[in-house]
Amino acid sequence: MRHEVGLHARPSVKLTKLAKAFESKIDLGLSPDGPWIDAKSIVKVMATKAPKDSTIYFCAEGTDAKAALDALVMLVDGDFQDGP
Amino acid sequence: MDHRMQRTAHRVEGRSAAPGIALGPLLRLVTAKLAVPHSRSAAGERQGLADALEASRLDLVDLAGKVEDEDAEAILSFQIALLEDENLTAPAFALIADGEVAGKAWVAAIDPEIASYEQADDAYFRARAGDLRDLRDRVLRRLAGEADQTVPPGVIVAAEDMPPSVFLATDWREGGLVVRRGSPSSHVAILARSRGVPMVVGVDIDRLENGADAVLDADAGALIIDPDPKLRADYGRRRAEQSQAREVAATFSGPALTASGEPVQLMINVTGLAELRDIDPSKVDGIGLMRTEFLFQGRQKLPGEEEQYQIYRQMAEWAAGRPVTIRTLDAGGDKPIAGLTMPGDLNPFLGVRGVRLSLKRLDVFRLQLRALARAGVGGNLKVMIPMVTVPEELDRCRVLFQDAIDELRGEGHEAAMPPLGMMVEVPAAALAVEDFNADFYSIGSNDLIQYVMAASRDEPQLADLAHPSRAVFNLIGHVVAHARKSGREASLCGDLAGDPQQVASLLDQGLRSFSVAPGALGPVRAAIARYSGKAV
Repeated sequence: MRHEVGLHARPSVKLTKLAKAFESKIDLGLSPDGPWIDAKSIVKVMATKAPKDSTIYFCAEGTDAKAALDALVMLVDGDFQDGP
Repeated sequence: MDHRMQRTAHRVEGRSAAPGIALGPLLRLVTAKLAVPHSRSAAGERQGLADALEASRLDLVDLAGKVEDEDAEAILSFQIALLEDENLTAPAFALIADGEVAGKAWVAAIDPEIASYEQADDAYFRARAGDLRDLRDRVLRRLAGEADQTVPPGVIVAAEDMPPSVFLATDWREGGLVVRRGSPSSHVAILARSRGVPMVVGVDIDRLENGADAVLDADAGALIIDPDPKLRADYGRRRAEQSQAREVAATFSGPALTASGEPVQLMINVTGLAELRDIDPSKVDGIGLMRTEFLFQGRQKLPGEEEQYQIYRQMAEWAAGRPVTIRTLDAGGDKPIAGLTMPGDLNPFLGVRGVRLSLKRLDVFRLQLRALARAGVGGNLKVMIPMVTVPEELDRCRVLFQDAIDELRGEGHEAAMPPLGMMVEVPAAALAVEDFNADFYSIGSNDLIQYVMAASRDEPQLADLAHPSRAVFNLIGHVVAHARKSGREASLCGDLAGDPQQVASLLDQGLRSFSVAPGALGPVRAAIARYSGKAV
């Protein structure tokens, strides 16, 4: 992800809110091999203390997994801006 | 006679987190105690905590509906999200099931989270510990059946730490804040700066007496207890000036205009993209100075062409057609850069710095010129060269710039020559400004003053000399007059431009373009609006 400050409070809140909008179980990791944490938990997401320019990996499982991943990637790619 | 009049004033030092002046009685805030009303069943404790969590959540939602700025909203929505997260609350309920009382269970659940933030490497994440402590205390207050602590207006609050939500619920008009904990990067400090609340951190609050008469000088980072009447009056005047400036700034939108309606260009000085995030480009006339040395400082490897290009390009994008003036690397002097500036320079301010260094380190300079030539294609970029002393230096830069453009085009890149201007900061350049083939001028008052006055700006004993004199203003007037006559732009980007007290003198010299730190925009705008022409 290319965010100027990393997973700070504002982007983390947006990310968890978006993740909660989906039924699927969604995990987030800072490497493709994990460790994976619950992307719907602000406590866990903030605890990654992801610095700026780090890469975020998502992993979703469930009926709306594809839509969830698309939406999350769009949020991160758009630097956590509001709306399109 | 008031017994306080006989006491001698004393000063407690701290660090400024948000500038400004406040006068008033001290109010010591006490942190929430762990009140433990007892002998409830586990079910009663569970219900008690659940109610306190929900009441706290509703408090925060209510508060979030009242705040208007993004920083405040971000803190509150973070705290709300924490309360809604079972990962935080479940351990507390588990402890209650094991027989713990609600308050202790809640503290046991949240304290490890607070500790983990306190130990973070990154200052931002460390500062979040304050947000969690705030949340802990809010829930504890609710458990104890207390509502929010209220702070009357017009007091100087002294506290261990100021919870963001208490800060947001307080009417800070005429008030100020000193805390022992916290840092200039804490959320509360950010809020205090954006709302103009004077704040000092790192203050030893133990010996402060509730109700004592005090002056908070958050410009200097100090608290003065029992000030004498004269000191108090001086600060009162300063505060009145500041609040007047703030009022004008708050109601001001649109271009900067003098009292007679003459437009003045007002731009900002920046050091990187991060600062631009919170600034609305439509509120300023562009970037008058981008100091590129901050891209070079404190790193293992100097930034490459691509990295620089991306930054310059994004700045131009942010400005959306307004001018973006980028100064080529101004290393040396008080800004050494590892692997670049010359160590052991005996007199660094008169040594190999600015363009002198760039012309000796062509490898580094060429990369920067290439990045600028590429970024100049789409955006309204201007490039200025620092420390130019003789015309040949600027001529050489122009040739090197053209070479870089030819090279880029040869490689199939698009490239453009932006207007090439010079900083006027060496007296030799100011005196003979007619001799330079510059597309525009930007007066660097910090260096100009110290070179004209032969007084270091870093020597506190010479503070009176390292100050703008008639000699300095004459030189500025000379440069501005030449620029006007020859149809070029002249602006001023040093600290002088951002000092509201100096604005009228600069306007008197004919200067109509200022570039200031973003924080000075309001006060300078207000000073421009007060200007009604040259005093006779």
